Amino acid sequence: MSPPTTIYFFGTCLIDLIYPKAGLAGMQLIRNAGVRVIYPEKQSCCGQPAFNSGYRDEALRVARAQLACFPEDYPVIVPSGSCAGMIKHHWPELFAGQPDEQRAQAVARRTFELTEFLVDVLDLQLTDLGEPIQVAIHTSCSARREMQVADRIDSLIAHLSNVEVLEHAHKTECCGFGGTFAVKQAEVSGAMVEAKSNALHETGAQRVISQDCGCLMNIGGALEKQKRNLPTQHIAEFLLERTRAAKA
Amino acid sequence: MSEARENILRRLRRNKPSTMPSGSSPPPQEALSREQRIQKFTARQQAVHGEVHRVGEQQWINWLAVELPKRGLLRVLCGTGAIGRELQQAAIRGVSLSSYEQPVEQCKAELFASIDAAVTGVRCAIAETGSLVLWPDTDEPRLMSLVPPVHIALLPAAAIHQRFEEVIEKEGWAGGMPTNALLISGPSKTADIEQTLAYGIHGPKQLITLILE
Amino acid sequence: MNQQQALHHRIDKALNNPQLRRNFRTAMDGIRERRADQFPDDSKLQALREQARAIRNNALGRQAELLERLEAKLISNGIQVHWAETPEQANALIHKILHTANAHSVVKGKSMVSEETELNDYLEERGIEVIESDLGEYILQMAKEPPSHIVAPAIHKNRFEVADLFREFHPDQPYTDDIDELTGTARRVLREKFANADAGISGVNFAVAETGTLCLVENEGNGRLSTTAPRIHIAITGIEKVVEKLADVPPLLDILTKSATGQPITTYFNMISRPRQPGEKDGPEQVHLVLLDNGRSRIRYDDELLDTLRCIRCGACMNHCPVYVHVGGHAYGTTYPGPIGVVLEPQRLGIDQVGSLTSACSLCGACGEVCPVKIPLPKLINRLRAEAVDAKREADSVPGQGSLRTPGEAMAWKVWSGIYGTPRLYRTFTWLATRLRRLAPSRLKPWTQYRSAPKPAAHSLAELARQEGFDHE
Repeated sequence: MSPPTTIYFFGTCLIDLIYPKAGLAGMQLIRNAGVRVIYPEKQSCCGQPAFNSGYRDEALRVARAQLACFPEDYPVIVPSGSCAGMIKHHWPELFAGQPDEQRAQAVARRTFELTEFLVDVLDLQLTDLGEPIQVAIHTSCSARREMQVADRIDSLIAHLSNVEVLEHAHKTECCGFGGTFAVKQAEVSGAMVEAKSNALHETGAQRVISQDCGCLMNIGGALEKQKRNLPTQHIAEFLLERTRAAKA
Repeated sequence: MSEARENILRRLRRNKPSTMPSGSSPPPQEALSREQRIQKFTARQQAVHGEVHRVGEQQWINWLAVELPKRGLLRVLCGTGAIGRELQQAAIRGVSLSSYEQPVEQCKAELFASIDAAVTGVRCAIAETGSLVLWPDTDEPRLMSLVPPVHIALLPAAAIHQRFEEVIEKEGWAGGMPTNALLISGPSKTADIEQTLAYGIHGPKQLITLILE
Repeated sequence: MNQQQALHHRIDKALNNPQLRRNFRTAMDGIRERRADQFPDDSKLQALREQARAIRNNALGRQAELLERLEAKLISNGIQVHWAETPEQANALIHKILHTANAHSVVKGKSMVSEETELNDYLEERGIEVIESDLGEYILQMAKEPPSHIVAPAIHKNRFEVADLFREFHPDQPYTDDIDELTGTARRVLREKFANADAGISGVNFAVAETGTLCLVENEGNGRLSTTAPRIHIAITGIEKVVEKLADVPPLLDILTKSATGQPITTYFNMISRPRQPGEKDGPEQVHLVLLDNGRSRIRYDDELLDTLRCIRCGACMNHCPVYVHVGGHAYGTTYPGPIGVVLEPQRLGIDQVGSLTSACSLCGACGEVCPVKIPLPKLINRLRAEAVDAKREADSVPGQGSLRTPGEAMAWKVWSGIYGTPRLYRTFTWLATRLRRLAPSRLKPWTQYRSAPKPAAHSLAELARQEGFDHE
């Protein structure tokens, strides 16, 4: 697919409220590449939290409210493997048999996770202006298995000549976030994030990068509680920082 | 309980049966030559502690005559077919040969306690998985390749096929299965303690295949 | 204690057992690696998975017809066929067969279905000696514990724990914690049982309708011994295990052993079609097959949940599950643990009994990725979560539908959807959250037990987007 002239940016509710800079960085990266970025103001959430808790009617209500945000045929870019996966792979399920099923499927078909879009469509060329740094990459389960974009974050970071990637043990294993899982099965989730944060810390990396803020909130929160000096960052913010293309 | 049967079948029939295509064909495999099949079979067996020797078609008796005494396998069980008869005729020195003539009920104690090794033929073999294929019969009963601690199998080289599906098809197994058909792919083993492989748990501790060429 | 509390209790117990956690971590890492080694070519793996899925789907699509054909063929082969709707019926049938044949001692090959029906207890209560012959099951019999894994039942035990059991139950044997020596001890003590048991009981991996053949996989030889040495062989299996033809077997066998234990094939593949024939010198005189339903036929009513029945019991799902690796099999509290347990058991036993298992999953998808017959496990787990809180309660739906719905949670999601589903309200909410961020709680149990609490940003992304001059339509 050749680069579009315009895209919609679906920030995700988590980024909107907790990690807005990650969303902004994603939008700036795309705008800097010469694509017009629309941030529909009516957007809120893809509906996943309710969907994963079994409350499908409530999830549908919220998901449906997003459709009005995407009237034109522009691609929808989502800075989260989990939310992109919800729209792309679960909206067809959620909207099955509904009067707006076709509309939802149309949006699902043109939804991209951010790194997928940056690599596959924009073929983003990056020049690393930063100091040497070692990072560990945690790919979310949704990015890895649902959206299958684990290699996109790898390839974007591989473009950065001063960044060394250190692999952590059990890197394909879940960090334990799982949305409401972290609350409903707090002890197991705690054990999982402990294992993940130990593994990341053991690499000696100076930063943890991910496509998903849910994982970052989980892992970053754990590292903070463990009083370990290992900051976490969303891939969009990291790329922007390294290429210092702060002006947009 | 036929009521249970009727209830179960009735419930199973409630759904409209869907006819889905039965099994896509597997990706085609590169065909192996006879020599390659022998080597693959051998490698697979050896990887799981199976012992394999290539022996001239007429030489297997000589091999046994040397190896059985050497390994202390002095009480040997054979069947009542051609292999058993050849072994009887050979009368290998130092080896006391019994043949499985009676039903197991009459010789169980001997079978379980007084046999060091059993010698059987095989129907064929499968190279891909390193498996011997046996159809035990009235001449060479099932327990021969299972109870004695050592099983020696005679495998004609020409009988090594590449894959299990070929064997089933070429030999027309769908036309009628025997009482018992077996694939034997090495000596008995377990990994039930700490996922660590240990050999010779309930079946034979040693499986020796003589490939006859 | 309700089911959620019971589940939490078991999970806590597991999490606080460092030895157990070490055992599982090591075991799962090893199994994952061995499986990966068997599938170096991903496109071949995907083709094989698709083939296996199609074979199992075909069999399920024609399940009634194939079971009837299987039965007819088995009977004409001389194998007796019995049908049981419930565990009680299955156990009673088996007991009757043994009683009629004056059989007092049984040697068992591994059978998860017999765990399902609690067959051993039933028979022992009626004076029949039952000895588990699979080494892992024998270890558990000594320990009086259920399996914690469907393929490697004693995977939660290390060799010292095993050595202690052997010392306790076989004091005449020399103590050892060497695995090879322990294996030798097991061979010695179980030999006599094989030789003298009146009956052998086994499971079935595949039941072939075309030829009336029961197929069993094993490494140890105890399955062959149990099904050949005694004069009676009783096989018990679930009704979903039937496959149409012999040609279906090789691909299933291939992907089963590679997925389960990372082996190209198991030591033995045992195909039984008849009892001992005239002139044959060994083998059982009587062979029986007990077909168990126990909730499986009802699972078929739902087109989506039907996929559950494709399972070939390989265990790959639990081997790759990040929850299972931390808590082990016993924490689930059901016969089948791990992802397949989370999907099967609420359907079999009812959501009102074990539905909270669906929360023991982060929906990471590792299970669905490795399932050899492509059961969409995460999708089914999510579906069961919906069933668990669905107020509709239709007839013939999953038993216990709606039983986990609580007014509190339902109201919370209603309020959430009201806010998040109304742009104006959502914008007001986020504005408030950002402006009042200093009031955000820093203690949010259970989150903050393991992590610091997240804080709303000073400005939402919507605000930043406007500030930076991005179009909003």
